[in-house]
This record gives sequence, structure tokens and C-alpha cells, in this order.
Amino acid sequence: MAGNIELLSSVLAAARAENRAALVGYLPAGFPTVDGGVRAITAMLDGGCDIVEVGLPHSDPVLDGPVIQTADDIALRGGIKITDVIRTVKEAHEITGAPVLCMTYWNPVDAYGPERFAADLAEAGGAGCILPDLPVEESEAWRKAAEQHGLATVFVVAPSSRDERLAKITAAGSGFVYAASLMGVTGTRESVGNEAQDLVRRTRAVTELPVCVGLGVSNAVQAAEVAAFADGVIVGSAFVKRLLDAPDPESGLAAVRALAGELAEGVRKRA
Amino acid sequence: MSSDFFTPDPEGQVPDDAGYFGAFGGKFIPEALVAAVDEVAAEYEKAKADPAFAAELGELMVNYTGRPSALTEVPRFAEHAGGARIFLKREDLNHTGSHKINNVLGQALLTKRMGKTRVIAETGAGQHGVATATACALFGLECTIYMGEVDTQRQALNVARMRMLGAEVIAVKSGSRTLKDAINEAFRDWVANVDRTHYLFGTVAGPHPFPALVRDFHRVIGVEARRQILERAGRLPDAAVACVGGGSNAIGLFHAFLPDESVRLIGCEPGGHGLASGEHAATLTAGTPGILHGSRSYVLQDEDGQITEPYSISAGLDYPGIGPEHSYLKDTGRAEYRAVTDDEAMQALRLLSRTEGIIPAIESAHALAGALEVGKELGKDGLLLVNLSGRGDKDMDTAARYFGLYDNDEAGER
Repeated sequence: MAGNIELLSSVLAAARAENRAALVGYLPAGFPTVDGGVRAITAMLDGGCDIVEVGLPHSDPVLDGPVIQTADDIALRGGIKITDVIRTVKEAHEITGAPVLCMTYWNPVDAYGPERFAADLAEAGGAGCILPDLPVEESEAWRKAAEQHGLATVFVVAPSSRDERLAKITAAGSGFVYAASLMGVTGTRESVGNEAQDLVRRTRAVTELPVCVGLGVSNAVQAAEVAAFADGVIVGSAFVKRLLDAPDPESGLAAVRALAGELAEGVRKRA
Repeated sequence: MSSDFFTPDPEGQVPDDAGYFGAFGGKFIPEALVAAVDEVAAEYEKAKADPAFAAELGELMVNYTGRPSALTEVPRFAEHAGGARIFLKREDLNHTGSHKINNVLGQALLTKRMGKTRVIAETGAGQHGVATATACALFGLECTIYMGEVDTQRQALNVARMRMLGAEVIAVKSGSRTLKDAINEAFRDWVANVDRTHYLFGTVAGPHPFPALVRDFHRVIGVEARRQILERAGRLPDAAVACVGGGSNAIGLFHAFLPDESVRLIGCEPGGHGLASGEHAATLTAGTPGILHGSRSYVLQDEDGQITEPYSISAGLDYPGIGPEHSYLKDTGRAEYRAVTDDEAMQALRLLSRTEGIIPAIESAHALAGALEVGKELGKDGLLLVNLSGRGDKDMDTAARYFGLYDNDEAGER
């Protein structure tokens, strides 16, 4: 079975046709449990996310701030395996019909086997993969496997990326481009800097791929700000925090659904 | 000799342009760090081509570090090693008490050349942190050191030294709260502050160019030792022995001997409570190839690529990775690696103290324990060169508890 790269592209195109940005939500698999994670991801989509990224928790998440580190720790202590992550992708996609990507670090994929990982992710209905510590220069084996199995390879670009690198990276990528709004790790920020808009402008100059902006966005006002210049708005830590702060699982799911709803309004405002 | 101090890139050596030592190495880093890592590589290439850089570094090595470091023969210790002759390369006598200063001074000069005003570093035992804090004081750079919370407790003296030198020390509470987690946290800082900050990486791991760059700054250890032992013993040693955590002092010793095929290169890994116990940090002996902290090398991991928690009594060796050049040397068979347990290392620490009046760091004691074994294998005609990478002052609390040296300790001497 081929992966859902085309579903991902059509959802992004549909948002563009509605003259709005797409809303992309992130939650790690296995947090707080595998089944609880599926429910939370489903709630995120029910509440208004168009696309989800399912995190594959890693022991050494060097690009994540304390919020996602905490969630990853809970998932790993719960014994999450890669096969559980793939099941999470499968169930989230089957229940909602939405495009589901996997986001993780390179070592778990390398250990599992890039070809096997791509095959299993595609079989589960996955749409693609984001591997933020796999630079384009080291990515050939993965890209070959992903392409063969109909999966998108979403690369991250950063404010420090020079124009010639942006061209090289986006030429190798597919699905969309993940533009990091700032220089830093994941986590909510008071404001999303001007660097993001400049990066999106420079990225658009070298690619036709949709450009989604992540890092730091946590509320509807910020989502609207980013939606004014990007094709998609990516929110992760704010969702994780809703679950961490909730007194019980049910209110956590309600809070996730409510946040998705607020953000969905935000991406339609394009303030 | 001044020509010993900085001899980078000997002809025909790895890595290649992409930073690979055979199948190991590379550059697995987030896009946000690519520009910064490329800047370090470019600045280093410029520095290598500039005689003023070698001159400035050489001047510091002589007048600040105290190089060349001594080579000391230890006959009373060697009686316990089957009668082989043993010489110690005394990196413990360097300013700040370990080999770490060699790399730190080189990278501190690069930091100045790049126009950066802030330095961050990770530290395990605190020796790299102390050396970095020292260089930052010397050059007027802002300094932040990341150290696992477990290590801040077992190496409290070094925490105080770093703070005395004006550095900020941040205790890292994530993961196993040791060296690996300190590196993770330093990378997070670097991504956020890369404009004005240099990450002064402390070992021969990490993304290219760090494994080659850090090695080049430590090559002086083996270059000096090779000349010294030829003068003193009249021949090359049968084996050069060093401890390996990340692998910097070992690469520094080994590298000058790579072309000398008669010289066995032996790395001693932290065997902790023994390989069978699962509580160890013997990455090359018990690990598998994977990616950690920016390069492909042997790592301790499970079948899902999750890094497993290492253990060693030695904070400086308590690391689940290893520099990629060591993985290359292992797979090519040029170097051999063996595990030394906590107990073997501690016995060697006490033995050297009592036979020679030299208290080694617990890290270096792993090499000494390995040398006792290798000496017995070689017999009385054997000639061994051991890198005494650091002094043991910082470890006195751990050693006192281990051997029951405190007056109020009920355990008594073990």
C-alpha cells in the first residue's frame, strides 16, 4: 500500500483554495499511553486540525524544549515501541481520514531500518515523515525509501539557512516545507518573531511547495499572525501542555479539542 | 619541541570531506546549526593555513599549559604488571590537571577568530568544564557549562572550581542526568544562541568537523610521547594504552602511532559493574552503530534506537557514545578495546598512588588497570606507554568513600 502523500497535498491545497492556512497539530505517540495518545490525536483533529504529526519519542530529543521532553519521557517510561507509534498513525488516520505524518529523530528510523520504516508507515496510511536532525546531505537513503512508498519527506529550514541551501533543501523535499519560526527548540513563546515572515518569503522564492511555520505558536492570535504569510501553522508544545496540565484524561481531551478549535479560527482570520 | 605542538592533518588520514572515517562520522545536525558548524570548519581551515595561529597556540602550550608534559617511568607500579616497563605520559601535570586544556586552548583561539563572545560546553567529570572556564577567564569570554546533576554531585570540587573561574554551571536534570544529557542541553542552548556563541565541544565525537578538530589539538600528546619514549627507552612501545569515554585523550595518544604497525593501540572502556550486569558504558565492546550527538558511531542503544543509560563510577567515562574515529579504528582492527570494571580501576588508582606517589583520575585509572593486564600478557620484555590523562584530586571524595578513608566511615578500608 502506498503512503498518503497525495492526501497531504490535497488537504494543503484545499486550505489554500479557502484562502486560509492549514492547521497542523503535533502530539507524541504513547503520551500518556498508546491508546490515550490515539484519543488525544483524534481529539486534535476533531477540534479543527487539518493535519497531524505523530511524534515518535526519542531518548535524546535535542531539538525539543522541556514540555515535549516531559511527554517523551512519560511515553518512553510507559514502554512505547516503534510498532506502537505505527499503530497510532494507523488508528488516527483510520478514525479521522486526515493526513498523518511521523516526526522523529534519525536514530530510531536508522535502527528500525529506513526501508522497513517507510514500508510500515505507508502500510499504516501515513503521509510522510519529518526528521529534523537528518540534513539533506545525509538523507538520500531515506528519500529513496520514502518516495518508493508514497511518503512525503518534509525538511526543516531555519532563519539561518542561506538562500542557496534553501534551494537545495526544498528541491529534495516533498509534501511541504517546515519553516522554523526562530532559532531555538520547541516550546511556546510570547511572540513569533519577524524572522519567520522573512524565511517564508525566501523559501517561497525557491519552491512551489507549501510552507508551514512551526516553533513557538501557542494561541489563536499568533496562529492568525502566522497564517497571514504562511500556508500552514504548526502547533505542538501548546497541545502537549494542555494534556500535562489537565487534572484528568477527559478534561485533557476537552482542552486539546478546545485549543484546536481556537487555533482553527485563528488560521481562518489571517490577521 | 615547538614543532610538536600543532600537527594537524597528517597525510593520507581520515576523515574525508563529508567528515567520514570509513562508515563512521558525518554531520547529523538540525538545519539551524548547519551554518554555525560550517563556520567552525571554515575558521579551522583558515587557522591551519595561518602560521600565526600555530605560533599563538604553541606559545600558550609552553607558557600557560606547561608543555611538553613529562614522561615518567613507574617501575614500582610495573612490578605488578608482569615486570614489563611502563611509562606514563603525564597529561595530569598540565595546567588545570588534565589533557582537556589542549583542545580548549585551540578552540578558544578559534572562538576569538570567529568574533564570538560566549562559550558553552558540556562536562562529565568537570575537567573539560574547568579547562573551558579557565580559557574563558584567560580570554575574557562569557562561559556557561552544562553538567549532569549526578555529576555535579560526584564532582562537586570541579563545580566550585568552574564557578571560581567565573563560569555559570547549569545542572542538567533531564534523562540520566549525566554527560549525554549535558550535551543535549548544550546543543539546545547553541541552537538558540548560535549568533554569538561557540559550542566548545570537549571530545572527539559530535558532528564534523569536531572529531577531527579536537583530535588535531590533542595529537600533541602522542607526538611528544613518541619522541620521548624513543629517547628514553630506545625503541617504540609494544602498546599504547588509554582510557576511552568519548575518546579524546586516547585519540591524542594513538594518532601519532597509527603508522607504527608494531605498536598496539589499546583503549580501556568503562566496564562499570561488569558487562554481564548491564551497568556499564563500554560502547565499543557492547554497542552497535547508530547516531548520537551528530555523528554515526558505536552507541549503547536498544533495538528501537533509544539510547540506553550508561553507568560508570567515573563521571568522565559515563557516556553511551564514542568518537567515530575509534569506531573506525575498531572495525579496521588497528586499535583494540577492552572493558575495565569500576573495581579494577579503583584498585589501580590506589596501587599507583602507593607505589609511585601519583594519584590518577578515576578515568585514567581505567587505562592503568588495562596496562596491568596488558603488561602481564607481554611479560618482562614488554614496553608500555600509558596516557595518564588527568589527576585524581577531583575524585578524592569518591575514592575516600570507596576505600573508607574518612575517620567517621564505618566501612573501614576495603
